[in-house]
Amino acid sequence: MAAPSTTSSAASPDTPGTGPLPPALTDAVRDEASLRRFLFGLPGVDQVGVEQRAAGLATRSIKKAAKLWAIDTAISMVDLTTLEGADTPGKVRSLCAKARRPDPDYPDVPRVAAVCVYPDLVETAVAELAGTGVGVASVATAFPSGRANRRVKLADTELAVRAGATEVDMVIDRGAFLSGRYGQVFEEIQAVKAACVREHGPDAHLKVILETGELATYDNVRRASWLALLAGGDFIKTSTGKVSPAATLPVTHVMLQAVHDWHRLTGQLRGVKPAGGIRTTKDAVRYLVAVHEVAGPEWLSPHLFRFGASSLLNDLLMQRRTQLEGHYSGPDYVTVD
Amino acid sequence: MSERISVAKTYKLYVGGAFPRSESGRVYPVADSRGTFLANAALASRKDARDAVVAARKAFAGWSAATAYNRGQVLYRVAELLEGRREQFVAEVSAAEGAQTRRAQSIVDAAIDRWVWYAGWTDKLAAVLGSANPVAGPYFCFTTPEPTGVVAVLAPQRSSLLGLVSAVAPVIATGNTCVVVASQDRPLPAITLSEVLATSDVPGGVVNVLTGRTAELAPWLAAHADVNALDLTGAPEAQRVELERAAAGTVKRVLRTPTTEPDWSAQPDLGRLRAFVEAKTVWHPVGV
Repeated sequence: MAAPSTTSSAASPDTPGTGPLPPALTDAVRDEASLRRFLFGLPGVDQVGVEQRAAGLATRSIKKAAKLWAIDTAISMVDLTTLEGADTPGKVRSLCAKARRPDPDYPDVPRVAAVCVYPDLVETAVAELAGTGVGVASVATAFPSGRANRRVKLADTELAVRAGATEVDMVIDRGAFLSGRYGQVFEEIQAVKAACVREHGPDAHLKVILETGELATYDNVRRASWLALLAGGDFIKTSTGKVSPAATLPVTHVMLQAVHDWHRLTGQLRGVKPAGGIRTTKDAVRYLVAVHEVAGPEWLSPHLFRFGASSLLNDLLMQRRTQLEGHYSGPDYVTVD
Repeated sequence: MSERISVAKTYKLYVGGAFPRSESGRVYPVADSRGTFLANAALASRKDARDAVVAARKAFAGWSAATAYNRGQVLYRVAELLEGRREQFVAEVSAAEGAQTRRAQSIVDAAIDRWVWYAGWTDKLAAVLGSANPVAGPYFCFTTPEPTGVVAVLAPQRSSLLGLVSAVAPVIATGNTCVVVASQDRPLPAITLSEVLATSDVPGGVVNVLTGRTAELAPWLAAHADVNALDLTGAPEAQRVELERAAAGTVKRVLRTPTTEPDWSAQPDLGRLRAFVEAKTVWHPVGV
């Protein structure tokens, strides 16, 4: 993995999702029947092949300067997440403090990409992070199950956007997707996308959570990815983190292929966010290798790739200290959240 | 009829209750006191040491929170299992230390008795090392010994079983968890002890046994920020100052021992139990 000399700074939202689609794709979104035809016309995923390739790439060894670069890049890609029923404004504030300055002993550690919270805590996070360049992502649309009336989901989104969320993580209706009502899922994503529009200021970025743990097959993951991309999702995200299995390397592979192909067809750059179950630096580096190899080097940026994680950041910081100090670090030297 | 070919063993490490190979894939030959090949042992790397510390840290919460009575029961059960493997230990100690069978038997018996002795101390230590302090105010004031945390034990190089047991048992009796670097040239009794521990009630990760070069592993354990204490018993003499300096970086408890090994068969005192406990003092208002 080559180490680009500079990482692009935060906040350059080059709003993907605009511009005319090529004819093949405009045709696909004409009506439900053609959407279905398009999704079922996608080539099937070679399960053995993708798992083998993911496992093969995971054996790459990243050391020394490249590892330090990978750690810093991964830190800048973290969506520091707290999505618990027991979340309090105090907990969100301390999380924001950590997002601003992940390791107080080392001021050169990059800031994380965003803080991800429930909609009612967006205001707290926005107030804490004003002027830092760290985004505030809010889950919405009846997270994590997505089982609610569309009006509730849209109101959920609008409130989060009004409270100042720069990013919205929506969940798709897996029930509708699995029973084949693709048109419904498509319209819902479009409606949420419309609710992300802000009159004054930039629109909130939309991340579409596919919840791959419930989609059962790689073919479904590929279809859901394309469906979300067609409907205008800026990011496709693997999981809510509430369902096991959450993010896995092969699933992320399939999604990275989808954004890569989307870029080839339309020229638009869309992002991928694996979330849930990524806890160690080793895992994170494996994902970065996959991003580089499957999507391409330009995806190695917080604008196009994120980690949804909470405990990952501490492990990244400990590994960073290990690299710099020459001995192993421990959890006593990072903040416990 | 042809002579039977014995099964040559390649042993593994004991980390987190499992027996993984060394991450490095390396092994080294172990010979008996006369230089005859006995078996291959895993040659642990610094990454194995790191994994062992992670396992020990993970096990610490549960083991230190277990009641002293329960820890005593668990350790006594280990002594029972040691007794069951007596013949194997005798053969291994005899091969490793070049002792006659009768002498090896007495070493193994002493090791088992030592284990029982330390198992008995678990629920008595608070009464001996702790105290109810007289204070000038309406408070009860107690001091109790609490386990230090993760202890890196550099096991004695010469006494492969009795010395090992005398170093490990006091560490875990007080509720610490440990990473043990076994005797470099005589690791087989330590490996067998890890097999005993794996089938006992001691939770995985409480004792982690690494085999390999002590001089290679010790600096990483001494400098590791998540290790709380260091037992220098088996450390190479030339390295001791360097290890103490590295340990000072994270203010570890360090147990200094003479460079020549003591007579392990002598009755021990509370020194090793006391070395890896912290005094916790609690003030409690006297009720009205």
